[in-house]
Amino acid sequence: MTKFIAQATEYLPLLLHGVWLTVVITFVALCLATALGLVWALFRTSGIRSLAVPTRLFIDFVRGVPLLVILFYIYFVAPDIGINLTALQAGMIGLGLAHSCYLGETFRAGIDAVDRGQVEAAKSIGMKRPLMMRRVVLPQALKIILPPYANNMVMLLKDSSLVSVISVQELTMQGKMLASSTFDNMTVFTLVALLYLCLTVPLNILMRRVEIYLGAGR
Amino acid sequence: MIIFDDVHKSFGAHEVLKGISAEIAKGQVVCLIGPSGSGKSTLLRCVNGLETYQRGHISVDGTVVDAASSQVHAICTRVSMVFQRFNLFPHRTSLENVMEGPLYVLKEDRKQVRERALALLNRVGLADKTNAYPASLSGGQQQRVAIARALAMRPQAILFDEPTSALDPEMVGEVLQVMRALADENMTMLVVTHEIQFAREVSDNVLFLDGGRIVEQGPAKELLRHPKHERTKDFLHRVMHPV
Repeated sequence: MTKFIAQATEYLPLLLHGVWLTVVITFVALCLATALGLVWALFRTSGIRSLAVPTRLFIDFVRGVPLLVILFYIYFVAPDIGINLTALQAGMIGLGLAHSCYLGETFRAGIDAVDRGQVEAAKSIGMKRPLMMRRVVLPQALKIILPPYANNMVMLLKDSSLVSVISVQELTMQGKMLASSTFDNMTVFTLVALLYLCLTVPLNILMRRVEIYLGAGR
Repeated sequence: MIIFDDVHKSFGAHEVLKGISAEIAKGQVVCLIGPSGSGKSTLLRCVNGLETYQRGHISVDGTVVDAASSQVHAICTRVSMVFQRFNLFPHRTSLENVMEGPLYVLKEDRKQVRERALALLNRVGLADKTNAYPASLSGGQQQRVAIARALAMRPQAILFDEPTSALDPEMVGEVLQVMRALADENMTMLVVTHEIQFAREVSDNVLFLDGGRIVEQGPAKELLRHPKHERTKDFLHRVMHPV
């Protein structure tokens, strides 16, 4: 145990650089996924076929392709059509895009789950769709969406390890490099796993708090 | 004020309104009665565009109601609705529910809207519940907030869709009392109801619907006391003598 702690102290600064990059990738990808996911959900529930159908096809397409393939595609194929991205940019966009489709469906389910009577009440006081979404539907959908959203957030954080395949030196990649140079697989990967837990556990606690706050008194 | 002219409405192959024609004058209280599935609620919901109709016309103060047109929003600001299941916004307090329409739809001044909303909640007897969320209110209280919300739009008419059907029997009175007060102030009201006594005492006219048609219509006291049509007699007998 003493040996583990001594080595862990030695490796930690190197791994913390990876943690920082993992946090940045997750944060940017989550913002992208949330914004795009909301757009997909609004398109899907708009009742306008020319928006809803292409969106559904796009979501089915992205959800049907492994995340790794999407990352390879964005990083290796995009330059062929003149889009040059760094590995980090490609990683964040790939993760954001893939998760926007999962989140889009989560948001859509949340919007659909809001009682029809609420929509009718909003219409009956003359609300148009954008106002109705903002004031009536989305605030209520938020409560329904939050648990699966938190789940998705943790999944995204863990999926960020996949961007190591396009050579982004986030936590998993840093761990792999450290392990291959020290051969101390046990300590390094235990540390990597613990560091991921240090990120995901507070995230779960935070989301549970938010859920309780939103549910309070309503 | 509200004119139905040969209104037809179908859900798929099932025709629910088969040529409804009627007229509600300004200040009149008209009750729609009839068995379940007769088309009463559907007819009411066509007035503010919650349902579309396929043939005929409905007009409110000269404006034809077309659910697909953007004008329907403008009609909703003039014709409010009170629902069977209240449909209050659960994430907003009573006061916020009442203020929502004038503040965000009519874009009126917040201070004035707040004062009016407080006065309306006071009028429906809920001055002490302004900061309560709907979940903490009884059915009768929620429906009174819903009536205050409808009134906050300063409507020319209010549509009531079975406003007492979802209430415990002892809550019915408090809601009917508020509606009676509105009728006394000459509010134009179109009410789908099973409360025959309320219809008799408060409404000017009654329309009896069955199978998507108006079977009989006329002044409330006359129609409810001396119905002419056999189907109306049978319905009223069953409602007033359920056992």
